Amino acid sequence: MDSALFPEGVKRCSPKVFLLWTLPWLCLLAWGGLSAFLCLYKGLNQTNMNDYFAFAVWIVFDLAVIALGAGAFFTGFLTYIIGKKELKDILNAAVIIGFICYSGAIAMLGIDIGQPIRGWFIFWHVNVHSMLAEVSFCITCYLGVLAIEYLPLILENRQLDKVKELRLFGHNLHGIMAVFAATGTFLSFFHQGSLGGMYGVMYARPFAFREGFYIWPWTFFLFILSAIAAGPAFTILCTKLAEKITRKKLVPEKAFQTLAKISGWLLALYMVLKITDTVNWIYGVVPRAGLAFMDFYREGPYGVWLVVAEIGIFGIIPAIILLVPKARQHEGWLITGCLLNCTGIVINRFVFTVVSLAVPVMPFDKFVSYLPTWQEWGIAFAVIGYGFLLFSLSYRYLPVFPRERELNPLSE
Amino acid sequence: MEKGHGHGNSYGMVIDLDKCTGCGTCMVACAAENNLAVRPDESDKQRSITWMRLYKVTNGKEFPHTEVCYFPRPCMQCDHHTPCVSVCPATATKMDYHTGIVSQIYTRCIGCRYCIAACPYHARTFNWWDAYFPKGKGLERYLSPEVSPRMRGVVEKCTFCHHRLMRAKNNAYAEERRELEEGEYITACTEACPAQAITFGDLKNPEHKVSELVKSRYAFRLLEKLGTEPKVYYLSTKDWVRRMADNYLPGEFKPIAKVKLG
Repeated sequence: MDSALFPEGVKRCSPKVFLLWTLPWLCLLAWGGLSAFLCLYKGLNQTNMNDYFAFAVWIVFDLAVIALGAGAFFTGFLTYIIGKKELKDILNAAVIIGFICYSGAIAMLGIDIGQPIRGWFIFWHVNVHSMLAEVSFCITCYLGVLAIEYLPLILENRQLDKVKELRLFGHNLHGIMAVFAATGTFLSFFHQGSLGGMYGVMYARPFAFREGFYIWPWTFFLFILSAIAAGPAFTILCTKLAEKITRKKLVPEKAFQTLAKISGWLLALYMVLKITDTVNWIYGVVPRAGLAFMDFYREGPYGVWLVVAEIGIFGIIPAIILLVPKARQHEGWLITGCLLNCTGIVINRFVFTVVSLAVPVMPFDKFVSYLPTWQEWGIAFAVIGYGFLLFSLSYRYLPVFPRERELNPLSE
Repeated sequence: MEKGHGHGNSYGMVIDLDKCTGCGTCMVACAAENNLAVRPDESDKQRSITWMRLYKVTNGKEFPHTEVCYFPRPCMQCDHHTPCVSVCPATATKMDYHTGIVSQIYTRCIGCRYCIAACPYHARTFNWWDAYFPKGKGLERYLSPEVSPRMRGVVEKCTFCHHRLMRAKNNAYAEERRELEEGEYITACTEACPAQAITFGDLKNPEHKVSELVKSRYAFRLLEKLGTEPKVYYLSTKDWVRRMADNYLPGEFKPIAKVKLG
């Protein structure tokens, strides 16, 4: 029925099977749609956020998907600027994942702010000293860059490619993609950093506050590094999942190995700096505020186990797995390493968002707990549904994996 | 420096905790003065809008040695590099260097709540619901025309009754004065406190009582170590109360030896 839209020389499932596959994701989107409507119409009282938990599950999701979506800019940087040509085979997938992550995050932020209609005030009445203003500027601009990077791929659709003007436009865009890759790298560097900076500058919250270099707290640099360590791992995971679901080899192993190796090195470097930062914080910021390290973990479920999990199980272990060639060449270990790596970064964003706010600062203040409502989960999960849907549609109708045809020759 | 027009004022508050009985009049006066909306059910205190909040603290000892103290907590009106002003992406909160008061521009606030996250005093509250003033209960009759009510989705906080400053200035200008006398501008909580525990004035003006009070050996501020430089000071002769105002490592807190005067 829709086979005329498929890329040439590749096999796709029947429309019926495809529709069945998209159903759960459509359900997630419907759940998210209802939740978004309620939050916009009735207000944020539909959530379980309060004046203690000003940021909650949505911000954790935002930060997590933005970090995981860093694979887009970083793979572009490695391909076009560093010259790792083998990554061209996975670059389209990285761009789509990045686009999904960033557009999803911005949509979520639009619901998260109390006055969505005034969102543009960030640009109009900008406070240049605010890290959040920098984040907003850079992610908005970068979403534009991602759209430009995504556009040539859309124009490569078999039917669109027949239109001469569109084909020429797409080819010309391809030709100047290095410029956009560089722009994307610049913008991403600043917004990944500013997301970390957002917490690091909260000097009246000793749990989050970090010293730093000039106006940038150490979290600025740590967030960049952790994002470029986890982003490629997430790209590997998504592509491997696509390979498992389609039961095809979509990307040559060399591309996976290059990304995994780079991810491993970056994660190892991040771990060294993260541990240094943590020790520096324990002996610097914390005692100056009159606190001891364990004071932050006296109450509530967010114990010191989170530190052990983040740095040990989900930090050092995946770094070792991805650094050892024999381990990362084994598919099971590669996936395990990437999964642990990505989980570690999600824990890091969770700790900075939720635990920072859960820890009381005034000695007579109380620890307050928080659990999201179904509306909050609905909007967060809708991003996952949207991601699966957009990636599936892209895979079905666009030549996402340039080597797919070569790696999976049709029998007839 | 040019005299007058409020140049160089730094309005501040001194709350004598030894006098505070915890009656809550300051909270009520503040809510009435500043058009604070209420909910039919106000049991969820984590979403309750309160500009002035009372914290009850005890010395943790068993009866009959138990002692209780109340910390009335307005916005601390932090100075210079305030935790909230620097983080607001849309410049919806500003510190006025002429008065030292941290303002909140409700019509500019986008409701991102970054300021709430950055404030360690929980002095900022978010409007989770549309403003609501129950009809037929008398509440609508004392809504102040001087204070704009807040809409859903924005952050609000104590403004040191900024409209009272405007009113006092207008009166002074009408009398062709540029300087305000002590007591001409005081906040609603200061005025209402039956124990006269709250003193309000210009911290920079040596003729104002507050500038003397803050020099007391018993004066302290909340979370002073963090460097937020609050303009709200507290007084207490009790060591355990002063100990409650900040975090201290073992052995770090220095009690004030009770020396008999005279």
